[in-house]
Amino acid sequence: MQTKYIGKSVSRVDGPAKVKGEAKYIAEFNEREHLHGYVISSRIAKGKITKLDASKALALDGVVEVFSHQNLPRLAWLDLSYKDMDAPPGSPFRPLYNNKIKFSMQPIALVVAKTFELARYASLLVEVEYEVEPHITNLEDNLDKAQEASGMRFGYEPPSSRGNFEAAYAEANVTLEESYFHGAEHHNPMEMHATTVFYEKDDTLTIYDKTQGVLNSQHYVAMIFGLSKDRVRVLSPFIGGAFGSALRPQYQLFLATLAALELKQSVKVVLTRQQMFSFSHRPITLQTMTLGASPDGKLQAIRHAAYSETSQFENYLENIVNWSGKLYSCDDVELEYKLVKLDTYSPLDMRAPGAATGVVALECAMDELSYKLNIDPLELRLRNYTDIQPGSKKPFSSKELRACYQQGAERFGWDKRNPQPRSMQEGHNLVGYGMATGIWDAMQLPARAKAVFTADGKLTVSSATADIGTGTYTIMTQIAAETLGLPLEQVTAQLGDSSMPLSLLEGGSATAASVGTAVMYVCQKLQKNLLKLARNLKNSPFAKAKLADVLFEDGNMILKNDPEVSIALTTILQQNDLKVLEKKATAMPNLLKQSRYARNTHSAVFVEVHVDEDLGTIIVKRVVSAIAGGRILNAKTAHSQILGGVVWGISMALQEDTFMDHTFGRFMNHDLAEYHVPVNADIRDIEVIFVEEQDKVASPIGVKGLGEIGLVGVAAAIANAIYHATGKRVRDLPITLDKVM
Amino acid sequence: MRPFTYNRATDVAAAVEQVSLNKEAKFIAGGTNLLDLMKIDVMHPQHLVDITRLALNTIEDTANGGLRLGALVTNADTAYNEKVEQRYPLLSHAILAGASAQLRNKATDGGNLLQRTRCYYFYDKATPCNKREPGSGCSAKEGFNRIHAILGTSEHCIATHPSDMCVALAALEATVQVSGPNGDRAIPFADFHRLPGDTPHIDSNLKEDEIITAIELPAKGFEKNFTYLKLRDRQSYAFALVSVAAALDMDGNTIKEARIALGGVAHKPWRNTAAEEMLANQPATTENFRKVAETILQEAKGFKYNAFKIELAKRAIVRALQQAAKLEEGA
Ligand SMILES: Cc1cc2nc3c(=O)[nH]c(=O)nc-3n(C[C@H](O)[C@H](O)[C@H](O)COP(=O)(O)OP(=O)(O)OC[C@H]3O[C@@H](n4cnc5c(N)ncnc54)[C@H](O)[C@@H]3O)c2cc1C
Ligand code: SF4
Repeated sequence: MQTKYIGKSVSRVDGPAKVKGEAKYIAEFNEREHLHGYVISSRIAKGKITKLDASKALALDGVVEVFSHQNLPRLAWLDLSYKDMDAPPGSPFRPLYNNKIKFSMQPIALVVAKTFELARYASLLVEVEYEVEPHITNLEDNLDKAQEASGMRFGYEPPSSRGNFEAAYAEANVTLEESYFHGAEHHNPMEMHATTVFYEKDDTLTIYDKTQGVLNSQHYVAMIFGLSKDRVRVLSPFIGGAFGSALRPQYQLFLATLAALELKQSVKVVLTRQQMFSFSHRPITLQTMTLGASPDGKLQAIRHAAYSETSQFENYLENIVNWSGKLYSCDDVELEYKLVKLDTYSPLDMRAPGAATGVVALECAMDELSYKLNIDPLELRLRNYTDIQPGSKKPFSSKELRACYQQGAERFGWDKRNPQPRSMQEGHNLVGYGMATGIWDAMQLPARAKAVFTADGKLTVSSATADIGTGTYTIMTQIAAETLGLPLEQVTAQLGDSSMPLSLLEGGSATAASVGTAVMYVCQKLQKNLLKLARNLKNSPFAKAKLADVLFEDGNMILKNDPEVSIALTTILQQNDLKVLEKKATAMPNLLKQSRYARNTHSAVFVEVHVDEDLGTIIVKRVVSAIAGGRILNAKTAHSQILGGVVWGISMALQEDTFMDHTFGRFMNHDLAEYHVPVNADIRDIEVIFVEEQDKVASPIGVKGLGEIGLVGVAAAIANAIYHATGKRVRDLPITLDKVM
Repeated sequence: MRPFTYNRATDVAAAVEQVSLNKEAKFIAGGTNLLDLMKIDVMHPQHLVDITRLALNTIEDTANGGLRLGALVTNADTAYNEKVEQRYPLLSHAILAGASAQLRNKATDGGNLLQRTRCYYFYDKATPCNKREPGSGCSAKEGFNRIHAILGTSEHCIATHPSDMCVALAALEATVQVSGPNGDRAIPFADFHRLPGDTPHIDSNLKEDEIITAIELPAKGFEKNFTYLKLRDRQSYAFALVSVAAALDMDGNTIKEARIALGGVAHKPWRNTAAEEMLANQPATTENFRKVAETILQEAKGFKYNAFKIELAKRAIVRALQQAAKLEEGA
């Protein structure tokens, strides 16, 4: 299909505003007077607060109040009221609820003052004493406490084994069993978590919150503070990154709202970078992969077991082991997923949750198996390729993974690889080629959208979704402009406001498919409406036209058979004496149709690393990532998503690690000087190939989502390349120089 | 952050006086380290004397053929100064291996010498730290000590000095010119920083009320045979796990004089002149380099997470010397 905007490299519509500083982030709403809150964090990981004396802080001129468990007003007391839309099973953490400390850096008080500086200073004067209780924070030392991961959560699929692993494994000629470990990672978006609550004259709240779901924040606040939803409006127009950390309301929302309601004044709470390490993170995970194969490389038995960390109060669940049952053809698969409760905050979805973790183990094990079998790693994947999802036996709605392997390998020059480890060298550098596969779910969630077309030819589309930097504003604009045939400049997209039509959380790479479809639907409704209005005009040349007979182009409606016949959309409104046309539409996923198919995105990642033979320094020289991710709405933002994903993969493989000191039960490298993510110098060539798929099952608009797939598999490909370069197999991430020197 | 008062000093004598009369006063230059530490309440001076307008911001030749770097010249201006680039390229390279462009534009040469350790526990008031709070204990010894020292540690502190610039200055045998209430003095670089001993809270031998006015480089710049090799957890914008400033004076393939300073391994830039002398009048060979490396690290002691630094430092010394001597790769 010829398109004008969809699929093209359209620059971000919000780009200029961001570059000029006009796009305001949550901490930047300063035009109205407000107080500032500063959070005091617990020094200990477990125990009780025995004394909390704020008198010295309160004595300072300009300090308004110090909130703590000592003066918390009566709030909702059912767990249910604290459960946000993304809450895992369990009993959600309640800030300031009582004197108990459940994790290090738990918020224990909020100092509210006239200025941020004063609040921060006053926080130093609050005297706190604790009674320390022994904590446990070490996953590996507490595996005996592991429990079956139980409970349900949106998007979570309990692992299901099939066949008879034991028997198949016993018969396999070539076997392998290895364990893989990675530490915690914290999301660390550039923008710190923040909430600004404006207390309005009519006692309503206008809340600017850093969130991936304004409706989630609205729901949370309304439930806990017993407010009707029309008293709470939540906005989040621009988000300086989130990566999952803003899927759940974080404690600054609770604290800022509490202070605003109690003081009947506007309050802003911004967390510090150190406090960004006090909540959600990717869980520490230990995995064991057991593989059995025939001498010709057919997988005969797969076992994937994972132990993951969770908090004492919630069972954070993600799909870690399931991928091992989905990627390759194999009848006998055993999957096991256990949780160990530690005295930490609950983990939370972090870009490609579960897959980023689980696929590392699977794809490293596959690489190890390829050496045992003496089969090229890519060839091994092809020998186990499947067009039917194993287990469910459903066909894929689309799956161009084979083409990804082929195109990726060709572009990369995989055939130049000497299969022997430590066989390729340039000066002091050992050169390694590695590859891995990636997989992620293609999801569509219910979403609503509104469209308002005015007589001056301007169209505004809106939905209560979020743009966490992925380009949601831009694709909404493109889809609307494409559908109604309007110039891009005439279209405005709005989002991030709880008063807009429903949209669920911005996560799981589902937004383009969900909100994109809703925007397409609502614009199609407008098309119909415009046609109807045109037909009713006097002597209308469209009198007999059906929707299929007309085109929408350049602001006009045109008869397909006779392009000479056209009418400006604005004229249709004017001649009907209308100033505006307004429509709403709901896009529900077609569950019946979707349930007959397996819906996934896939990738093939090829990596070249250079490892200094003496010093162990590692450089990822080249990455080729071939992506099968459905229809590409915007070549530019899509490319950026994959680039970002690959950088995340490099980060996960080589750098990112929040280190827990178990004596204190505390993450220690809690700033960006010591918590490393890649800088420009770390990133060399990254090439992205899109193998487009036609897929109307995954979503009516053909989109499968790209936010996560770019990351999955990258860390495994790097680890595999490092093995190929050095002959050293490192099974715990990140792979720092000391592990390979 | 606690409230503080502030004034801008107009001349060196006044600045020194303001700090010497007030025990709670401190100089502030670029502020890239002090201000960060004040925000997290690790340092809390009650008064700041801003020295950035003092006339200590020039780079000038000295009578004995060396170069004098004013204490307030920024790290960036130093690294890109033509005379430094030509005569002391080791120093340029070391500075540019540190921090980021933005920080180097703000950071001053004097401040760089006095930047404090990056030990995680020093930065986190919830944990004991002898450097921050004398007598409270050293959390790093039994804790996460990946970035900590392997040489010259004490039971009280195993922190490192994080500077790159200082590693080059140690190799170049600079002197630090200081001015105090009792007049001026010069401190040889080797005596400027201290080992932790039982006073880890004292980083250097500069007195609280002394100001650094300049850093003097002697004439000898080792501009022909030098290397600054920095090993870290990412390619830029990370402190050194191990760094080596190697400077050789060569005659053909024979080494006349060798200087080797290590960063990231001790509470001060580490030199072992006795070991360096082993290379005097010796041919530049990998074997000789390895011998020196073994000697320099002989006394090294690793902790749970940083024992790898011992072998890494040895290999880094060998590589740095190979590069400085321009040995063929792998020779
Ligand atoms: C994220 C980050 C990364 C960094 N990475 C590196 C790195 O990789 N390598 C590296 O070498 N450095 C690195 N740095 C440190 C940086 O080089 C220092 O912060 C800087 O050099 C300090 O200089 P300043 O002028 O800002 O000092 P200030 O912060 O102004 O002062 C530091 C101390 O020196 C004292 N002081 C300053 N000038 C004088 C003077 N003339 N006389 C007496 N006392 C004085 C002050 O009282 C204060 O105690 C990094 C810093 C940051 C924040
Ligand atoms: S190593 Fe030094 S700075 Fe670090 S905790 Fe110990 S005493 Fe403090």
